[in-house]
Amino acid sequence: MIEVKDLTKRFAEQTAVDHVSFVVNKGEILGFLGPNGAGKTTTMRILTGFLPATSGSAQVAGFDVFNDSLEVRKRIGYLPENPPLYLDMTVTAYLEFVARIKNVPAEKRAALVEDALAKTNIVDKRHELIKRLSRGYKQRVGLAQALVHDPEIIILDEPTAGLDPKQIIEVRHLIKGLAGSHTIILSTHILPEVSMTCDRVVIINRGRIAAIDTPANLTTQLKGGQNVRLEVGADQNAVCAAIRELPGVRKVSGEPAGGNGRVVVTVEASPGQDVRSQIASKVVGKGWPLYELRGVSLSLEEIFLELTTEDSASPN
Amino acid sequence: MKGIYAVYRKEMGHYFVSPVAYIIVAVFLILTAYFFNRLMVLIIQESFQASIEEAQFGGGQAFDVPSLVMRNFFGVLSTLLLFLTPMLTMSVYAEERRRGTMELLMTSPVTDLEIVLGKFFASLTLLVIMLLPTAIGFAYMLRHAEPTAPWRVLGSEYLGVLLLGAALLALGSFFSSVTESQLIAAMLSFGAILLLWVLDFGSQAGSSVWASSLEYLSVFRHYDDFTRGVIDTSNVIFYLSFIFLGVFLTIRSVDSMRWRRA
Repeated sequence: MIEVKDLTKRFAEQTAVDHVSFVVNKGEILGFLGPNGAGKTTTMRILTGFLPATSGSAQVAGFDVFNDSLEVRKRIGYLPENPPLYLDMTVTAYLEFVARIKNVPAEKRAALVEDALAKTNIVDKRHELIKRLSRGYKQRVGLAQALVHDPEIIILDEPTAGLDPKQIIEVRHLIKGLAGSHTIILSTHILPEVSMTCDRVVIINRGRIAAIDTPANLTTQLKGGQNVRLEVGADQNAVCAAIRELPGVRKVSGEPAGGNGRVVVTVEASPGQDVRSQIASKVVGKGWPLYELRGVSLSLEEIFLELTTEDSASPN
Repeated sequence: MKGIYAVYRKEMGHYFVSPVAYIIVAVFLILTAYFFNRLMVLIIQESFQASIEEAQFGGGQAFDVPSLVMRNFFGVLSTLLLFLTPMLTMSVYAEERRRGTMELLMTSPVTDLEIVLGKFFASLTLLVIMLLPTAIGFAYMLRHAEPTAPWRVLGSEYLGVLLLGAALLALGSFFSSVTESQLIAAMLSFGAILLLWVLDFGSQAGSSVWASSLEYLSVFRHYDDFTRGVIDTSNVIFYLSFIFLGVFLTIRSVDSMRWRRA
């Protein structure tokens, strides 16, 4: 549905998007994850035809975003970072205008506006002037605007920004409900959002793609197996050396635990290896007192930090 | 075409849900009513004076009150347009850029041409709405004047003011599209219009090619013929090409928003 190849966007002083390639399949929700200024918005603006790319190509529904911009724009619903609202209009008038400008035929317009109002839960605010709405409602009107012409592709730049926790959950449900019949790209810098709503995640940093995978795979693959943390009442070096001998152990590091003679050791296992039982029997076999042993699963957040932090940008 | 209409409708709605249009139209109508009244009174007084002199000394020339009122009035009108059109156009693009709604328009399936024309026609409609009530006074005057002036002259004057206004609107829209600030847009278009007005001041002295081309560019010079009831094709073409240039530059400027860092 969406195919991006070697997309690059250079501004005068910096490269905002640097050889980005990815594919979004029909009916899928793709999450764009990255810190602020990573190039998420720029990529989305290129896909919606708002900005031209410096080089590379992007195809949406089989049309080139630059050469067939109008065809692409017909098929896209877009919520920019700041919802593009006309504050002097009422909610209904605004959505009718958007439907009109998106080429919705007159006879379908009213029904689609009703639909968008219902989906985004703003039916009771329909006759209010947009400028009188709270931030959360404005965001939902922005969302309704992106859905009103029932587009094949929906691009949402930080759709949950400015919403309260309850609204965030509603919006996530809404987005999930749209998947299947719509292809969706959404961007966020909030990690739980990605693991909750997206089928696949693109992690982007400094204009480059750091990883593309499902949230589950990212959690299991990229973290390099499970980490184990244990607390042992013995000499640090001896413990580390003993554990390092075990098969499936990749990295061991230890530090004294608060001056009581114990040591806290963190063990990083190779991908797919569960080394907890071996470590336990080794420690017990040596006769060292074992105070604690637990598996530490790396959250997406840590992966994200790992991927986007300068000094550990390359996990290999 | 549909896109033009969609943008046009939105612009018209925008003019009339905000107080801006009402205030501009009201100020315009109060000023024009005042000028119309003063001109009429002054010119009628003068014509009495003239007829008394004529009776006393003989000779003199016939005083055509309606034509004089119209000519003077449309002269004043052009000055009013100089001040008012920048206010009509200052927000047209600047406000959309500032609010981010330009991003909605530019990612919708409408061409830049449709956006620009929709907005231009909307501002033109507002200009017509502003001008229409002034015709009431003239209709009344022409009905009761003896001898009456030809309606054709009035038509030519309205055509002239419409063309002049459209040209100024096209220019103002362009300046609104280059900035996010309404104030800057208004200042730039006001300055440009003023400059185009005074262009023929200096040129009166010389008769070089330079001076005559400057004189040609003065937007208000081409307006004079219309106020005399003369529709000269070259003047019409001047204004049409002026409008065309303004619309063209605005389209280029809207397009260039894509290439700038938004």
